[in-house]
Amino acid sequence: MSGTITIDGKTMPFTGGQTIMDAALAAGVYIPHLCHNPEFKPHGSCKLCVVEANGRNVTSCTMPASPGMVVVNDTPELNEDRKALVQMLFVEGNHICPACEATGNCQLQAAGYYLHMQSPHFMHFYPPRRVDASHPDIFLDLNRCILCELCVRASRDIDKKSVFGISSRGIDSHLVVNSESGRLGDTSMAVTDKAAHVCPTGAILIKRKGYTVPMGKRLFDQKTLREFHLEQQKRVEPEDGPDGG
Amino acid sequence: MADEKRKIRIATCSLAGCFGCHTSMLDIDERLFDLLEMVEFDRTPFTDIKHCGPCDIGIVEGGVSNAENAHVLKEFRENCKVLVAIGSCAITGNVPALRNNIDLWNCFQEVYLYDPGTEGKQIPNDPELPLPFDKVYPIYEVVKVDYFLHGCPPPANAIWKFLTDLIQGRQPETGHELLRYD
Repeated sequence: MSGTITIDGKTMPFTGGQTIMDAALAAGVYIPHLCHNPEFKPHGSCKLCVVEANGRNVTSCTMPASPGMVVVNDTPELNEDRKALVQMLFVEGNHICPACEATGNCQLQAAGYYLHMQSPHFMHFYPPRRVDASHPDIFLDLNRCILCELCVRASRDIDKKSVFGISSRGIDSHLVVNSESGRLGDTSMAVTDKAAHVCPTGAILIKRKGYTVPMGKRLFDQKTLREFHLEQQKRVEPEDGPDGG
Repeated sequence: MADEKRKIRIATCSLAGCFGCHTSMLDIDERLFDLLEMVEFDRTPFTDIKHCGPCDIGIVEGGVSNAENAHVLKEFRENCKVLVAIGSCAITGNVPALRNNIDLWNCFQEVYLYDPGTEGKQIPNDPELPLPFDKVYPIYEVVKVDYFLHGCPPPANAIWKFLTDLIQGRQPETGHELLRYD
């Protein structure tokens, strides 16, 4: 199945199997997102990419495009909802940006900037999860984890190691490590693994690499989340790569 | 004095803050002279006034970590028409809130009893000292806050833009380039 869809009045083509997100990003139309990464299967947990499609609110990363679909994306109402979602993610964890090595390179923080988040609005949870520094090259701060499962997907689908998983229910849901001790140091994870580099926040960080980029030169000092995500899409599109993907 | 001569009155304070936000306020540099044409200061660390009187704008740096912080914050809220949380500490608790998952008594023992450099080995207990809370709270979890100015500290240009907007009766609008959380 293929055809065209319309997003905010702009018509764009889609091909079989493409979601609204796929078609939008391919056409250079930005839909804010955190858990979506074009290199991986969609996840649908962050809900930032919710759009109105044919009159209903749907997650654009999981909703297949269909011929003639009319999508509403960049409106004050939807962006206010997205800002509230980012506020929820901020108060749910301990996102102390001034003391985080990911600051300036963090997609959650950049989403706050992009959506102009001025206050946390909600009460803070201050979760008490422990840092796991057992691995020689990587450490985990689960109080910064937004449960996007990109590390779970990368470790399972690309590294073929299944180092990570999500455990428990509700607000207790958290990232777990697949070793008998539950410690990252007791897994086969390597610093070169894809899973070590897909975290959009400061939950998975490489040791001894913090604060190496001066302020003003960091990723999101240079560009907005929108620019970053549109470039990220271009990198995975086969026709754009010199090696043909 | 004629009504039109009445200047906007501003109070500021630092609760569980580091005075960095106040330093960033001073970083507006010579624009301080322009500011003083428009406003006069009530209680602030820059004046000798001991208590916050009726003000147009109250600016609060730092989170709420002890009983005295809570008293000062409530005095500001009662006296200021507009209350502004300035800096990440007032807005999220920030770095001081890293103690929120450490038992307070353990903190005290570590600092006053176990640290090899301490003399006397006594946890301070004079009633003159404010009792700390078990957690550090952002100020909007204690009183209503009208505006938030993010940053650790907010850039001087953001403070200047925010204050001039507010003083001149506009909705304060700090654009994307002045918004930062770090």
